[in-house]
Amino acid sequence: MKLSFAAGAIAGMSILAAAGILPVAAIAADAPPGALSCSGCHSPNATDTSTPPRLVGRDPAKTVAALQEFRSGQRAATIMDRIVKGFSPEEIQAIAAWYGAQK
Amino acid sequence: MKRPHPNRRQFVAAGAAAGTFAMLPRPLLAQGAQPKIVVIGGGFAGLTAARMAKRYDPRLDVTVVEANPTYTACPFSNDVIAGLRDIKEQQFGYGKIGSDGVTLAQTAATGVDATARTVTLGNGNKLNYDRLVLAPGIELRFDALPGYNEAAAERMPHAWKAGEQTLLLRRQIEAMNDGGVVVIVSPQNPYRCPPGPYERASLIAYYLKTNKPRSKIIILDAKDAFSKQRLFQNAWKELYPNIEWVSLSMGGKVASVDPATNTLATDFDKVKADVANVIPPQKAGRIAEIAGTTDRSGWCPTDPVTFESRQVPGIHIVGDAAIAGAMPKSAFAANAQAKVCAVAVAKLARGETPETPKLINTCYSLIAPDYGISVAAIYHPVNGQLAEVAGSGGTSPVNAPRTLRNDEAKLADGWFNTITSEVFG
Repeated sequence: MKLSFAAGAIAGMSILAAAGILPVAAIAADAPPGALSCSGCHSPNATDTSTPPRLVGRDPAKTVAALQEFRSGQRAATIMDRIVKGFSPEEIQAIAAWYGAQK
Repeated sequence: MKRPHPNRRQFVAAGAAAGTFAMLPRPLLAQGAQPKIVVIGGGFAGLTAARMAKRYDPRLDVTVVEANPTYTACPFSNDVIAGLRDIKEQQFGYGKIGSDGVTLAQTAATGVDATARTVTLGNGNKLNYDRLVLAPGIELRFDALPGYNEAAAERMPHAWKAGEQTLLLRRQIEAMNDGGVVVIVSPQNPYRCPPGPYERASLIAYYLKTNKPRSKIIILDAKDAFSKQRLFQNAWKELYPNIEWVSLSMGGKVASVDPATNTLATDFDKVKADVANVIPPQKAGRIAEIAGTTDRSGWCPTDPVTFESRQVPGIHIVGDAAIAGAMPKSAFAANAQAKVCAVAVAKLARGETPETPKLINTCYSLIAPDYGISVAAIYHPVNGQLAEVAGSGGTSPVNAPRTLRNDEAKLADGWFNTITSEVFG
């Protein structure tokens, strides 16, 4: 299961890379549904230690794996166990891939 | 209502040749024009929308209209009231937005002409727009509760718009004698920050517990249920037995107030307060009404994909002023809506169709500085309204160790730092 998530994430990234050659230099050009909300809590700034992990630039496979564990209850959660249930595995892959591709 | 096509002015301005194409919907960018986006309101919703639009598509000409030189944030302002935080930590300037290429018009917006697509400013100047985003927040209804008006708020603070009112309530609580009674009047739905009155009661109780332990808090409520209710009530039982909640069905609805005697009258009773915090009913900020975007409820119906007004084409509403289906009026929701709206506005300006969004709301409340609780939900458009995604979201567990409450308090702190640096930093 984990493997297929990772593969999906990588496929997502290559689509994003292809999208990157389109004329609009826009950071959010292809944000998948839900992704824009995450930055309300997840800081793009690596020095913010009081916040949950940085998603920007993070290996999408790790993001997907963490969310999968929150969903299954394998990983102890404060709030992500409730949030992850609002997204399909495909949506999670897309979000993880999009953040992974951000600088 | 029939209105000229958004692109029409440009065609007309372009001269005679334009007439041939005047009826064809062509995106502004295809014509080489720089679409003008005007955002009214420099809070969590407005500033997010402006900066996001410009970052998303740098070719947009984006102006924020905001009269105040600094913004005082409401989230965490209950900490200020309880003496746990300095108001300066709530205050943010607009100095950084220029680095994104967003223009600030530091003046009030006094009028909107949705046909001519212009905004009139306090100095008489006009701004043209192709798309207008309204993020005016709330207006307190000083006509809704007999006896409660702007003058009464100087005696019985609402502290529901952070700033001088927050400090006034703090001073009153600090000046109160031990054994005093603090009354919090909580309004009917919908209003800004649904769990806010109960977080406020909790944090005032936290202050009283150490400083004035014989004092009491009474919440007079116009509702029978409230956000995170079980979590609050369990915590009160454990930590603050001096909080008394009087629900609507127990006669909690306040019918009138008398600032001269600091008395609150319900249908059954009169309560004399030492400190009276009256949170009155609310409506969308005034410019939303001027622009014709409010309905009979006083709030603004919006499209769940673009946040465009249901009533006035070309105007979008985000944040507390909007009716956004099941989404509550919170800073997190305002920020999330604004990002979706900004992308939609940019796409519409270049003739593209915005994609169907999903949005998250997360809202923390503090019961004590080391005791946090939360509610979260995910929303998507269903039958033209933003509805919760079934089987997701919810509140913190009712039974949880204090370590989890402490973790949530820390996340609350982190959230405030993250969101304010995204919006103002």
